Amino acid sequence: MTPRIKHDKPDLRSALSSSVGKKVLTGVTGFAWAGFVILHMAGNLSYFGAGEAYNEYAHKLLSTGPLLYAVEIVLLVCLVIHAILGVNIYLGKRRARKQGYSTYRSAGRPGLQSPSSRTMILTGVVLLVFLVIHLKSFKFGPGIAEGYSLLVDGEPIRDLKRLVTEKFQHPLYAFGYTGVMVLLGFHLRHGVWSALQSLGAMNRRLTPLIYGIAALLAVGIAAGFIVLPLYIYFFAP
Amino acid sequence: MTIHLKVWRQSGPDAKGELVGYTLENLNEDMSFLEALDVLNEELIKKGEDPVEFDNDCREGICGSCGLMVGGIAHGPMKATAVCQLHMRHYKDGDTIVVEPFRATAFPIIKDLVVDRSAFDRIIAAGGYVSVDTGGAPDANSLPIPKEDVDEAFDFATCIGCGACVASCPNASASLFTGAKVAHLAHLPQGQVERKERVVRMVDQMETEGFGDCSNHGECEAVCPKQISIAAIAKMRREYLRALFG
Ligand code: HEM
Ligand code: FES
Repeated sequence: MTPRIKHDKPDLRSALSSSVGKKVLTGVTGFAWAGFVILHMAGNLSYFGAGEAYNEYAHKLLSTGPLLYAVEIVLLVCLVIHAILGVNIYLGKRRARKQGYSTYRSAGRPGLQSPSSRTMILTGVVLLVFLVIHLKSFKFGPGIAEGYSLLVDGEPIRDLKRLVTEKFQHPLYAFGYTGVMVLLGFHLRHGVWSALQSLGAMNRRLTPLIYGIAALLAVGIAAGFIVLPLYIYFFAP
Repeated sequence: MTIHLKVWRQSGPDAKGELVGYTLENLNEDMSFLEALDVLNEELIKKGEDPVEFDNDCREGICGSCGLMVGGIAHGPMKATAVCQLHMRHYKDGDTIVVEPFRATAFPIIKDLVVDRSAFDRIIAAGGYVSVDTGGAPDANSLPIPKEDVDEAFDFATCIGCGACVASCPNASASLFTGAKVAHLAHLPQGQVERKERVVRMVDQMETEGFGDCSNHGECEAVCPKQISIAAIAKMRREYLRALFG
């Protein structure tokens, strides 16, 4: 007979704040943002589309109304959780080794410690600050009322393309944005793989493969974002 | 060969420590690193000085007693090697080697290079056991366990509990150690009875001891003398989710 053992199943709250739960949450929320970032990048590229593709795309997004709000709320909640946990893990790490080594070296492979994995907190905080500025410039920036409007099928819609083009003609904005997107690439270089490992989805065979794919994805996403400001700064009329 | 050592000396748990330089001449390159420290200690004792305290026992890489940061890497630069099996032939005449204790808040320094790793014992005591009577050793092959499971379980069971994973981890996390225990027992029929509460209790104890959270740097796997894969950590997370929702 198999003896019965009382399962002291943790309540959800203490489970989510456990060492494993924190990582699962960082992973899920990081993934949600990674997914958003990929869609955003693809959306940006419609700038290069024919006619008013860019403005029409932006307009279509806005017109989804409640759906858009729902997605925005999910993203906001994810970001708050992600940032709080990221800082929490970072502070915990400092408590866990109060006196550092006088000499420390990484032993290299199969370890995956990298400049990208070591700077997650730094790139993360830069992303947070950037996000505030970015939303202020565009999402909550000048719109139809401020004259950034054009007529499509007789209906006035926001001329986001003009705003974006103007913004990125400033070197500070164009190169600042470029720099931050490089840092996003760094965050995702470790982040994409790390999130999968945090969710327990990795094993000995998958890890090297996924780690490689994560690098391609990170470079691809960063490059996808960077072409827009650089194109506008150097080539836009 | 001549080797310059910079060794962490600390007279007691609360004393302030410092790196002290020593030069060892006429070392034999076939000596192990711990034997080189033995030579240093003989010289110190002859001079009437306090010898350097360091942990060791089997000196054949199986007991997990030894553990030093050698040149900034847990157990030194050679892969799959405990520091007792690191040999001086891997160094060049005239090299300088920094030797520090495994550092973590959960591994307080007792003296010099000796740290208290009983936090690991308490993690094991929290769940790394099988409480049911499993009887005597059964006949080989009488317990039907798929080969893949046996192989996995065995790989995770090779952990000698040395603490190199914690020492090398930028976060001082004990996730590889704990994950290895959890994953080992989760793969075997004997481990099923406590499967759920084991992972919850061991993870809980790991935090209580003051280890950091895992950031998936994977540095632990690179220094592990038994080359235990961070797949153990992924398995621990799956087991945790299973205990929670399963
Ligand atoms: C565009 C926004 C962001 C994306 C796409 C993103 C993505 C990710 C991903 C996928 C991970 C891996 C999760 C894991 O290891 O389980 C991660 C980790 C991390 N993120 Fe973010 N992140 C973003 C913003 C931020 C912000 C705003 C912060 C902090 C203020 C931050 C701090 C961190 C930290 C510290 C980690 C590492 C956690 C650890 O050490 O275990 N991230 N991020
Ligand atoms: S002394 Fe036993 S493992 Fe090194």
